[in-house]
Amino acid sequence: MSKHMTNILVPLISILLGLIVGAIVMSLSGFSPIDGYIALWNGVFGDSYNLGETIRQITPYIFAGLAVAFAFRTGLFNIGVEGQLIVGWLAAAYVGYAFDLPKIIHIPLALLAAAVAGGLWAFVPGLLKAKLQVHEVIVTIMMNYIALHVVNASIATLSDGAEKTEKIHESASLRSPFLESITDYSRLHWGIIVAIIAVFVMWFLLEKTTRGFELKAVGFNQDASEYAGMNVGKNIILAMVISGIFAGLGGAMEALGTFGNISKLTGFTGIGFDGIAVALLGANQPFGVLLGAILFGSLKNGGLNMPNEAGIPMEIVSIVTALIIFFVASGYIIRVTLERLSKKKKEEK
Amino acid sequence: MKKRKIGLALSALLASGTLLAACGNDNAGDSKKNNKDSFSVGMVTDTGGIDDRSFNQSTWEGLEQFGKDNGLSKGNGGYDYLQSSSESDYNTNLNSLIRRNFDLVFAVGYNLHDSVAEVAKQQKDAKIAIIDSVVEGQDNVASIMFKANEASYLAGVAAALQSKTGKIGFIGGMEGDIIGGFEAGFVAGAKEANPKVKVDVQYAGSFTDAAKGQAIAKRMYDSGADIVFHAAGGVGKGLFTEAKERKKKDPKADVWVIGVDRDQYDEGKVDDKTNVTLTSVLKRVDIAAQDISKQAKDGKFPGGKTITFGLKDNGVDLADSHGAITSDTQKKIDEYKEKIINGDIKVPEQPTKK
Repeated sequence: MSKHMTNILVPLISILLGLIVGAIVMSLSGFSPIDGYIALWNGVFGDSYNLGETIRQITPYIFAGLAVAFAFRTGLFNIGVEGQLIVGWLAAAYVGYAFDLPKIIHIPLALLAAAVAGGLWAFVPGLLKAKLQVHEVIVTIMMNYIALHVVNASIATLSDGAEKTEKIHESASLRSPFLESITDYSRLHWGIIVAIIAVFVMWFLLEKTTRGFELKAVGFNQDASEYAGMNVGKNIILAMVISGIFAGLGGAMEALGTFGNISKLTGFTGIGFDGIAVALLGANQPFGVLLGAILFGSLKNGGLNMPNEAGIPMEIVSIVTALIIFFVASGYIIRVTLERLSKKKKEEK
Repeated sequence: MKKRKIGLALSALLASGTLLAACGNDNAGDSKKNNKDSFSVGMVTDTGGIDDRSFNQSTWEGLEQFGKDNGLSKGNGGYDYLQSSSESDYNTNLNSLIRRNFDLVFAVGYNLHDSVAEVAKQQKDAKIAIIDSVVEGQDNVASIMFKANEASYLAGVAAALQSKTGKIGFIGGMEGDIIGGFEAGFVAGAKEANPKVKVDVQYAGSFTDAAKGQAIAKRMYDSGADIVFHAAGGVGKGLFTEAKERKKKDPKADVWVIGVDRDQYDEGKVDDKTNVTLTSVLKRVDIAAQDISKQAKDGKFPGGKTITFGLKDNGVDLADSHGAITSDTQKKIDEYKEKIINGDIKVPEQPTKK
């Protein structure tokens, strides 16, 4: 079997396997898998509203996935995407309501603020890793908690003890009446365009620039890179900061698009952690991340429709979606099986 | 050969997709028909979930009762709920129910405020009732508020009089106006009944983190508090766990819990004879939900208005103590209740700023 065909077959078979096992789980719990999957399908593509909401859900996943993938490509585990996303969210929301500017300046400024906030939040673990060899996993995890509580406290301070910040001005909003009108008032916003641009930026940065080459080299082998005359420490810090910028922009999507403000968070949003899976599903390639985010966002938003239309409890839905993702992620097993099968056939011939 | 097979598989996939989509459309058509016959009501939970043993569950119990009274069944055209697992789900869930043509949709909890305000503006024909928050300037939104501070005041009286150590505790979910009402009432009631009583006030910063609730409860009981009141949703589960464990280890231990929102007597059950629940501050969301549903059914939906439920309207109250509160204390509680209803006592609405 040619390599090209395996590449197409593997994900298809994995999704199919996930669907089958998910169906078994649903029927064992006494629900109709057919109704369930119809509801899932409708929740993703059913009508313009659901499609709009699905795309909205995909947007922050793209950024979170890019952030994790970028760090992975440079040999770093950025588990702190969640925290960087939250500070980016707050920064964008603040700029969104505190300033009054024309749209053409306001949106870029809010995005910039989110990028800077996310970048700064990732700068700390990068610096500690580069200068003191502190493992970035520990630091980024802890920075998540710091972000959560600092942001909650900041919201209280900024809003005089209230639960949430003011709504951003219209001039900073990524939403548009046009998108609302074509999607029956879904919360779809222009952030998806920003996200797709980010995918290209990451691709260009890693594949087409010297800096990207250096970053990847450091990821492959630090000693060799140092021997080749690269500044390893600087590259580690830079990689973390760029990763944090992607994460911060993901937060900006929530601030300027989905919510229009930030409310006190009762816990992590989960987007940052899902970003790890998105990145791995996408094999840490920018365009792979895009596909991974589409799968994650679709399942998340489509899953919401399963209790709504088929009466399947949220808990079962979570199991089913997790199964689908599980099988997609274990595509390697299917790839190996396929290769074995085709080898056998060749031998028989 | 192989290529053709893949092509076949792909087209089969596409075809099934189209078929599935077609089926879905049929379903949507059915639901519209069903809804014309009777009055239907739905609700969207906040992230606490439907079985939070607190106000989401309480609202749902109200809707179930309303459904029973009116011969409705769960599902389209009757009554139903949707759970939200994250903040971004609120809008989608509200819209889902509205698009299924529920005549009235409840949004449970102040966390849904922004979503309700936004969706109400877009779906002008929908009727939405929000609990614990006020959405202004929308004719299709009824806001339901509770004077939880009044019932909390009575809980404070009960705790102060029943406490043997002279120290009681309060665990709040997240700081804000709603939980602030519970705190203010509780502290004021306790100080009124016994000026010397010490009230330990702590916030968990969450409505779901039961482990955190247990940790705070442990600290409070360790420091000598014997009665702890919580207004913290799912966090309170941790408080009950801690109290029950202490009671199990030492049946004579003086640990009590005051529950919140619904009668949490069942939560405090250690064995058949022992229970750690002193009483519960009832926020009769179920009564309110039924009341608003009835009004809406009769075509008197109080859109654009704020309806407040207090002690006077049976909207808030103290639950039966099942004998845990002495009759002397109960007499005092009844006296204070009378005074609040008469207006002789003004219960503070928010805690004094420290």
